[in-house]
Amino acid sequence: MTTAPAAVVASTVVDPELPMLTLADLGVLRSVDVDGGRVVATITPTYSGCPAVAAMRDDLARVLAEAGYDDVEVRLSLSPAWTTDWITEHGRQALRDHGISPPGPAPSGPATLSLSPTRRALSCPRCGSARTELTSEFGSTACKAHYRCLDCLEPFDHVKEI
Amino acid sequence: MNDHDSVYDGLLGGDDAHWAFGTSFEDPLAGVDTTVPDDVDRAALAAYCLMLGDDALVHSHRLAEWCSNAPDLEEDIALANIALDLLGQARLLLARAAAADPEVVPVLPEGSPAPPEDALAFFRDQSAFRNVRLVETPNGDFAETMVRLLLHATWRLAIMQRLVGSRDPVLAAIAAKAVKELTYHRDHAGRWVVTLALGTEESRRRLVAALDAVWPLRWELDRTHDVERRLAAGGVAVDPVDVAAEVDVLLAHVLGTAEVEQPDVKRIGAHGGLTGRDGRHTESLSRLLAELQSVARAHPLGLW
Repeated sequence: MTTAPAAVVASTVVDPELPMLTLADLGVLRSVDVDGGRVVATITPTYSGCPAVAAMRDDLARVLAEAGYDDVEVRLSLSPAWTTDWITEHGRQALRDHGISPPGPAPSGPATLSLSPTRRALSCPRCGSARTELTSEFGSTACKAHYRCLDCLEPFDHVKEI
Repeated sequence: MNDHDSVYDGLLGGDDAHWAFGTSFEDPLAGVDTTVPDDVDRAALAAYCLMLGDDALVHSHRLAEWCSNAPDLEEDIALANIALDLLGQARLLLARAAAADPEVVPVLPEGSPAPPEDALAFFRDQSAFRNVRLVETPNGDFAETMVRLLLHATWRLAIMQRLVGSRDPVLAAIAAKAVKELTYHRDHAGRWVVTLALGTEESRRRLVAALDAVWPLRWELDRTHDVERRLAAGGVAVDPVDVAAEVDVLLAHVLGTAEVEQPDVKRIGAHGGLTGRDGRHTESLSRLLAELQSVARAHPLGLW
């Protein structure tokens, strides 16, 4: 019996909350190493409280087991901290295709206090209009802000830069 | 007896599949090297992680109380998101405390599946909590909640920015992530303080009242505890004295933009020099913990 390389199998696992993205697209899957018969996959959490981490861990173990890898260990890596800059170009396109606005460049340098609404150059993932309005910096999951389009009037999610 | 005697019966064993995210909430530090540097006092490191972890846990619980009660749906979701970030930070910090010094973890009945961070959250008594009193006081109105969040997030972000360079690599990693989250929290609270102050006569009146109500609790964050002093000397922790000036400037900027004065109020007293950091709390923490802990304590063998 031949089995696909563990890294290839692991790279097919999708995010439980953004299923159009693989964990690899999201930049959450940091490495897949094979040591003898054992597969060690390393993931990094997006946010400290992201409840999807446990599901990601389970999904990785299950998909690898289904591909014939019985001995799987999923490790967490906290450092360096995840950044939206790790979302691949393929992942960004997949977000857009599913009506979610992908993140711009993550802020760098010391955190600055901003007392006016965040301004982002982004476009509506449905109609392409650049006339959009921030509804809330906090959306349906920890990683998203909520917007609406002033032309097609549809609401949409935007993956926040961190 | 039938299966419906207790709604919690299903928590005892059985099939994991009915949980949205499974029950495999193993060690949140699985695979992370939790070795404590040789010259670091493990008990002090654990105490320090409990301070920062309990601030986050207790404040998270208070913010979650707004769920379904916030002024609008977006704010409901915003506060739940902030609460979730803080809960995540708390979980990592309590796990770090347990790994640094297992002595801090309450002993549970044999067979309990509760991981150490859950044992710390749900089975410690009030006097073992090391959070500042600022985060345990009842929410009050929305203005009070926002002033409290501004004070805590501003201080916590300043601390975490420096903790990124901690000699404890786990604390440094937790801090690096927390910085990103707290930046959003601080902006959110600051914007609301300005909005309320420059809004209607009533919103401004409430904001000013909130500043007067919450400000007396502020000093507890700024006061250096012995644990902080000792660990800061070794490059593990941050002495709050070192962030005080920066926090003052930021708060003055928010209040200046909001066109309100710094409250001129007396600080709340300490009990014989002891504060929340030493386990001296207000009555409100006992009520909060009763709600937070009662189910877990009634079912110490439960799976969550």
